[in-house]
Amino acid sequence: MALIEIRDIHKNFGGHTVFNGMSLEVEEHQVVCLIGPSGCGKSTLLRCINGLEPIDNGEIRIHGERMTGPGVDVNALRRDVGIVFQSFNLFPHMTVLDNVTLAPIQVLKVPRAEAEARAMELLKRIGLEQKATSYPDRLSGGQQQRVAIVRALVMDPMIMLLDEITSALDPELVSEVLAMVRDLAREGMTMLLATHEMGFAREVASKVCFLYGGKVHEEGPPDQIFGDPREERTRSFLRQIIDAGRL
Amino acid sequence: MTASDKMIASDTTGRRWRFGAPPKNPTKLALTAIAVGVILAALSWLTLDNLYLALKALELDGTAATIILVILGIGALYPLRPACRSIARARSSRRALEQNDLVNARIDTAASRDAAWISISLSVALAIVLIVVEFFIANDLAVSRTFFLLPLMWETLPLILEAFITNIYIFLIAEVLVLVVGLIVAIARFTPGEAGRPIRALAVIYTDIFRGLPAIINIYLVGFGISLTGLPILKDCSQETFAIIALTLTNSAYVAEIYRAGIESIHWSQIAGARSLGLTYMQTMRFVIVPQAVRRIIPPMLNSFISLQKDTALVNIIGAMDAFNQAKIIASNHFNLSAVTTVAIIFVVITIPQARLVDRLVERRRLAGGM
Repeated sequence: MALIEIRDIHKNFGGHTVFNGMSLEVEEHQVVCLIGPSGCGKSTLLRCINGLEPIDNGEIRIHGERMTGPGVDVNALRRDVGIVFQSFNLFPHMTVLDNVTLAPIQVLKVPRAEAEARAMELLKRIGLEQKATSYPDRLSGGQQQRVAIVRALVMDPMIMLLDEITSALDPELVSEVLAMVRDLAREGMTMLLATHEMGFAREVASKVCFLYGGKVHEEGPPDQIFGDPREERTRSFLRQIIDAGRL
Repeated sequence: MTASDKMIASDTTGRRWRFGAPPKNPTKLALTAIAVGVILAALSWLTLDNLYLALKALELDGTAATIILVILGIGALYPLRPACRSIARARSSRRALEQNDLVNARIDTAASRDAAWISISLSVALAIVLIVVEFFIANDLAVSRTFFLLPLMWETLPLILEAFITNIYIFLIAEVLVLVVGLIVAIARFTPGEAGRPIRALAVIYTDIFRGLPAIINIYLVGFGISLTGLPILKDCSQETFAIIALTLTNSAYVAEIYRAGIESIHWSQIAGARSLGLTYMQTMRFVIVPQAVRRIIPPMLNSFISLQKDTALVNIIGAMDAFNQAKIIASNHFNLSAVTTVAIIFVVITIPQARLVDRLVERRRLAGGM
C-alpha cells in the first residue's frame, strides 16, 4: 500500500478543468517531483493533499485513510502533512522563533520552553539560530524559505509537500534551500514537490511525474523522463525548458 | 528594407530636434508679482490702521501696540522681496539671451518665474489673512466681542474644564467598549459555514442599523427612553452611562467595519500558512489574522476615536452636564458665546496631537512598505 494514493480525482475551477481523473501513488521515503507547464495543477494537487482545497470527485488516501470528502478532520491531517509555499507565508508580525513555535504550542500543546528548545535546535542546524529574534522582513528570501521549512518540520510531519519553494528566490539563494531539501531526502522524508528546478529534480527524485491535461501524462524514474521521454508532449515541454537554458 | 519594416519611425536625418527653443520671457509675470505685492501692502496698511483704531477703542493702544503694528506693516512688504528678485533675474535672462547664452538664459528664466510665483502665493495668503482680520474688527469689533470676550473666557474656564471631565469620562470608557464590541461584531461577520449564517446575519443587521441611525437620535432614544421603560437596574443608570451606551452602540458599528476592512486586507496566503500548520479557524484569526489587521487599522481607528470624542458634545440633548452644556448655560447667562468658543478650542486642542499621530503612523507605514 502506497503512503499517498490519489485515485481518479476531478476538480473544476470556474469552468477550467484542473484535474480530469488524475491518479498518482507515492511510496514511503520516496521523493516525487511534479513537473509540467504552469497551470497544469502542480500547486493545486499539493494544496488538495493538505486539505486546503476541496476536490469534486475521486479520493485521496494517506496511510490508507481517506482524507477527502465529509467527516475528515483536516486539522489532524495537517499535523501529519507539512506544506511549504512558494511565497514562504511566514507571519510578518512574529519573530522567527514565534513563527516556528506557534503551531507546536497552540496545536500540539507543547510547553513553550520545550517548543523553543526544539525550534532553536532546528534553526541551529541551518545556521539561523542568531536570527531567532529577528522579524521575517530582516531575512533574505532564502533564509525566509528555510525558516518556513523549519516551521513545517517542527511539527514532525510524516510527509512534506513543497510547492515551488525556490521559484520566488534570487538565483544565488536557491542552493541553500535546495541543500536543506537534499538533507531531508537523505534522512528518508517522504516528499512530494512541485518544481521548475529540473536539474535538482533529476538529482533527488525517486520518481518524476509530468502533469498535463488534468492527469499524470507520463511518469518514471528521472533518468528516463529527462533522458528518454516517451510522450510527445513531455518531449516538447522539456525542449522548451532546454531552449530557455534551464536544464 | 522600407521604412514601414523598421521598428523606429524614422532615422535621425529625417527629423529635427524640437528641444532647443529659447525660453519664454518672464518679465510680464515678474511685473504682475510686483503689482500684486504693492496692492496687498497698501491694503495691509489700511487694515492695520483699522486695527489701531479698534485697539484704541479697547484702550489697548500704547507704545508696545504701536511697535507691533509698525513691525506688521513692514512685514506686509515681504512679498515684494521675491518679486524684486524675479525682476532682476528676468533682466539677466534677457541679457544672456542677447549674448546667445541659451543655458544661462534658461536658468535665469526659471529662477525668475519661481520667484514671481513665490511672491504671488505669499500675497494670496496675506489677502486671506486680511479678510479674516477685517471680519473680526468689523462693526466696532462685534465679532471679537461675541466670540472672544477674554475676561469672560478666563473667568469661566475652571467651570468649563470641570465639566469637560464628563466628556473625557464618557469617551474614554466608550472607546474601550467600542474596541471590544467592534471586534466582536467584525469576528461575528466572518463566522464560517452554514452554522455561522444566523450570526453573520445578525452582525450585518446591527451594522446596518447603527451606521444609519444618527448618533444624536440614538443618544436621545437611549437617554430618555430607557429610564421611561422602568427596566430594573437599567432605568437607574446615570445620563453619562446612557451616553456611553448610545455612543458605544453607534461607534461600534463603524469600528466593526474598520476591523472588517483590516481583516479582509490580510492576504489569503497568511490563512493558508496558518491552517496548513494545523491551526483551527479561531486560532488562525486570533494569532495570525487579527494581530496583523489591528496593526494596519490603527490610523483609521484613531480617526474614529477623534470623531467619537467630538460626539460626546451631543450628550447635552439629554441634559448631561458636559462642557458644551455648561458653556451654553454660561452663554445664556451672559448673552455672549465666548464660553462656547472655549469648549470649541478645547476640543480642537485635544484632537490635534491625535491627528498628528495618525499622520505619523500613516507615513511610517508608507515608508515600511505597507506592513
